[in-house]
Amino acid sequence: MLAIALKISLALVILALLLNVYRLTVGPSLPDRLLALDTMYVNSIALIVMMGLWLNTKTYFESALLIAMLGFISTVAVCKYLLRGDIIE
Amino acid sequence: MTINVILEGVISFLLIAGGIFVFIGSLGMTHLRDFYMRLHGPTKATTLGIGCILLASMLYFWGAQGKPDIQEILITLFLFITAPVSAHLLAKTGLHLQLPHVDKTQGRPSELRDEEIGDKPVPHPDQGHG
Repeated sequence: MLAIALKISLALVILALLLNVYRLTVGPSLPDRLLALDTMYVNSIALIVMMGLWLNTKTYFESALLIAMLGFISTVAVCKYLLRGDIIE
Repeated sequence: MTINVILEGVISFLLIAGGIFVFIGSLGMTHLRDFYMRLHGPTKATTLGIGCILLASMLYFWGAQGKPDIQEILITLFLFITAPVSAHLLAKTGLHLQLPHVDKTQGRPSELRDEEIGDKPVPHPDQGHG
């Protein structure tokens, strides 16, 4: 039961990542692409966690935490650049 | 035996619910027509979905190794704290760049006064340079 649920969930997350790639390439404005990147790192955290479930190991949780922190920082940095024209004032 | 079956069912339900929420969030981000509408999907649905998936992972490793671990709780807390902040900054960026929106999207950037539009200078009420 767990293997089937894991396969269904992996397929849904991969479809979500493909939709994000579509919005990242097509997106008419810069904040759309930024939103797509912001969603892509959250979805990649889900993918990494499910890879840990699949391989039955806990090695990859540190990488998921790193992706969470760096993705948030990069989103804030690009938003500050678009808002103020400078990142650290 | 039965506790393991119940735990497996709960983990499977949380995994499928998380996958569905993540997919709905990304579908909303792709399908809606407006930047301000597109902001809804990732900030709510995807955050809830990733919370479900991390909870499923935490329950699985709790059942497999016999002792609870707080790493997934750490990631969940961090995402639940930072997702509204990044969404707020993205909305401010969209308002600042004055992105086009459809007619159903109500509201407008209210903090823009006349002298910030930049068409003609409005005299300051105290100094009156004009």
